[in-house]
This record gives sequence, C-alpha cells and structure tokens, in this order.
Amino acid sequence: MRNFLSDKVLEIKPSGIRKFFDIVSEMKDAISLGVGEPDFETPWHIRDEGIYAFEKGRTFYTSNSGLLPLRKEISSYIERTQEVYYSPEKEILVTVGGSEAIDIAMRALLNDGDEVIIPQPSYVSYAPCSYLAGGKNVIINLKAENNFKLTPEELENAITDKTKILVLPFPNNPTGAIMGKDDLEGIAKIVKEKDILVLSDEIYAELTYNGRHVSIVSIDGMKERTILINGLSKSHAMTGWRIGYACGPEEIIKQMTKIHQYAIMCAPTISQYAAVEALKNGDEDVKMMRNSYNQRRRFLLDAFKKMGLECFEPYGAFYVFPCIKEFGMTSEEFATRFLYEEKVAAVPGTAFGDAGEGFLRISYAYSIEKLKIAMERLNNFITRLRQQ
Amino acid sequence: MREELLSIIEKNGRIGLNELAVRLGKSEIEVANEIAALENEGIICGYQAIVDWEKTSIDKVTAMIEVRVTPQRGQGFDSIARRIYNYPEVKSVYLISGGFDLMVTLEEKTLKDIAIFVAEKLSTLESVLSASTHFILKKYKVHGTILDKHEEDSREVITP
Repeated sequence: MRNFLSDKVLEIKPSGIRKFFDIVSEMKDAISLGVGEPDFETPWHIRDEGIYAFEKGRTFYTSNSGLLPLRKEISSYIERTQEVYYSPEKEILVTVGGSEAIDIAMRALLNDGDEVIIPQPSYVSYAPCSYLAGGKNVIINLKAENNFKLTPEELENAITDKTKILVLPFPNNPTGAIMGKDDLEGIAKIVKEKDILVLSDEIYAELTYNGRHVSIVSIDGMKERTILINGLSKSHAMTGWRIGYACGPEEIIKQMTKIHQYAIMCAPTISQYAAVEALKNGDEDVKMMRNSYNQRRRFLLDAFKKMGLECFEPYGAFYVFPCIKEFGMTSEEFATRFLYEEKVAAVPGTAFGDAGEGFLRISYAYSIEKLKIAMERLNNFITRLRQQ
Repeated sequence: MREELLSIIEKNGRIGLNELAVRLGKSEIEVANEIAALENEGIICGYQAIVDWEKTSIDKVTAMIEVRVTPQRGQGFDSIARRIYNYPEVKSVYLISGGFDLMVTLEEKTLKDIAIFVAEKLSTLESVLSASTHFILKKYKVHGTILDKHEEDSREVITP
C-alpha cells in the first residue's frame, strides 16, 4: 500500500508531554502537577444554565459567528476591562476554544513562506498551526533574566521583510510571565513601524495577580492590527465546554468565519448558552478563583525560597517556572527522575520550546493540601541531589 | 486582607499562622494582629470542628423547629430568642422572615428527647404560639462543607 499520509503532517513532532502522560497514568499514587486546566468545577449557576438550555431544547446550530447575545456579552466584557469596543455583529467570532481561533487565524492570514514570530517558551499550538497554514516559524527564545518578557530588541532582531504575524502569548503558559502596559508599548511601536499583525492569545487574561491584565488592543493604533483571542476555559473553569472567541478587524474576522463555517459550523450550542450566563453573572466566581490561585502561587514561591530553588516571580496564569540548572541535568532528565523517585509529575520546560531548557513547569491548579505534599517531595528530591 | 483572611479561616480554623501569612502575602505579625482584632470585635466568634456524627456509632438526632411567637413590647423577638437559646441542647436560633418567626435547631440523643423538649420546654413558653418540628434525615452540606463528597480529580493527568 502507498503512504497515504501528508508529508506536512508527518513533519510535525508529537507533543513532548505524551511520554510523561503515559508514565503517570500507570503510576498509582503519583501526584501530578502537570495539568493545564483549572481544578475548580464550572460554577454551579453556569452549569445550571446549561441544564436549562438542554431542557428548553436548545439543541440546534447557532449562527456561524455564535449566538448574538453571547457576542454582545463578549463585546461588553472587553469594553469594561480594556475600554475598547468591538462590534458584536462584525468583529467577534465565537470559536471552539481559544485553540480553534489560533488555527483559523493562521489559516486566514498566511501565504506560503510568510514568517510568523513565536516567542518561546509558550503554548504548544502556535508553531504547528502556523506551519500547517504555510507559515515559516521564527522562534524568539525568551530569557529568564528578562522575566520571560518579550523585549522590543528581541522583536526587532527577528523581523524580516517576510514577517507577517507576531504571536503574543501573555499571560504566559508555561512561565506565568505577563507584559505590562509599558512593555506592550515598546512592542506596539515596532509592530506599527514594521507593519505587522499581532495574534494576542489572552486566554489567561483574568488570572493576573498584580493588577488587571492590559491587552495590547488598548494601545493606540493596535486594535486594527491585532487579533485578540480569549475564551472562558481558564477564567470560568470551563475547559470542557469549548468556548473561545476571536476579536479583530472586520475583514479578518470575515475570512476566519468562512473557514469556521466550513470546518466547524458553530461552537457547541449548549455551551454558548452557559457562556452567556458566565459572562453576565460570573465575575464573583472569577474573583474567588483568582484569589485562591494567588494564595497557592504565594505558597509555592515561599516553598521554593525555603528550598533555595531559583524562580522568578510570575504574576499570571497558574504556573510557576523554577530553574533547575544547578542540578546539571536537562529538564527532561530532572522531570523523569522526579517522577520515578518521588512520584510527582511536572512538565519539562522543553515541552514548550528549546528556551524552556533548564526549567520546569509546575501548575498550581491543585488544592493547597496537594501542593504541600508535592513540595515536601520536591524538597526531599533536591536535598538528595545536592548531597550527591 | 480581612475578607480573604475570613474566607480562609472560615473553611479551615486550624490553619497555622505561618501558612496564613504566606498565602495572604503578609507578615505573621500583621496576620496575628488582624486575627486578634477580629476576635476582639466579635467578628470571629469561635473555632469549631465540622463533625459528621453519622459516621460514628454515637446516636444523634437533629431537628429543625419552626416556631411562631408573640413579640414582646420593647424587646421584639430578642428576649424570647434568649429564653430559647439558653437551653444547651439548642444548637442554633435564627429570626426568620415569612411564615414563622424563629428557626431553632435542636440536637438530642433520641427522638423522644426532642419530643420532650418541644412539648415540655419550648411549647410551654408563654409567648410561643406554635412549634412545628422537622427531623433531619441526612446531612448533605453543613457550613459550606459537603459531607457526602466523593473526592476525585477527573482531569487528564497531564495537559499542555
């Protein structure tokens, strides 16, 4: 038989997380700190709204762009948090999670050979999605000494006359880094000068711990050259509902909607009804979860400090990214030994790009009780390593 | 810090000062002072354990009694509420809006003890007009804590 598979797909490496997944699944009493989703269940009033939607028979397709009431809620959310207005009719598209938005944005924008700048460490989807859409990926390795922020110099050096898109993944998974208004202004200046477009993945926007998240769209002249991606997965603990969205210039959203229409039809209807409730009446839940994450974040940073483990203070998402270079192992070796010897799973930084070498992603989407046990084990582990 | 502190110790009254300080991002002294202030102001009224007696071999019967009373001149409901809450077997007394006035929770060893309390002590109080007793068959959630919870993490063990 011939090889039926696409050369392009064969080129893509499978996710580096898979191996750990297999080992942890086999281990009975292992503690995982490797999860990239909230530990909270979706707040009850939101689930309740989903149940009502079922009862009322909301089991049909919605319009391709998503329920208008939902798009209106999204528009009002961005207006009240960023003071930027997006037209619910023309500039907002409801997608199947933020990940679909990333995919179709790349497909709507890229021609073969267009360059896409991807700062790493970052979420695993950008590079494959861009590659499948014909993009040529240009990776910027973010540096620990800059607290894993993207600097204007790094950006400027990566830009060529083929550059089309800059992916801006902040608050960042896996580092927890955020970009403040000043940081973003430096980036925006170059983006405008060089006439490129920003794909701003702000899925962790509600999870910042030193003041509110600032979106690059709130900077003058940036709304027209940014696709803002967000969703309810992280903010409202709704990962399984698959509701994300993209906001951007009308002509881009129009083309993205075309792909969405042919590939997806519409985001799940029941989930969209639940999402309306989440955006309308969910602010208190978000606040409660944010406070809880923040307590755990402080707890972990304090635990690292006591163990003498180097870690910059992250102010976003629900990850800490400690440095393990002192042990003279690769991230993968460290994570593998930690898993076998102490039965705690953390994700090697390299799963998010080469720039993650020497670091470990630890998620704090776990109860304090669980984190306490995990930190005791981490302490045992590194104490032993230091004695050897 | 007050609201966050209260919401932590409302769930876990035994949490150590050190952990509280770390989680709130404050010093231990600041937290200790705040707790002392909250106790002095009567905002923190006590610390107790949430016990699921069902799981022990000790018999306990809990009843909720809806009580209608005649308020007294100048005192409203306070003096009758005080008469009722002074009985040690009474666990809680709330003034309620709507069809009756006081919601009284009573904990005893047997049904008979409750019947005796209602018939002999509660109903004979002068201003009590009526008492209707409901027995609790099962406690699902007490003081914000779910008692029949099955802890399980149904997430995939590792996700990007």
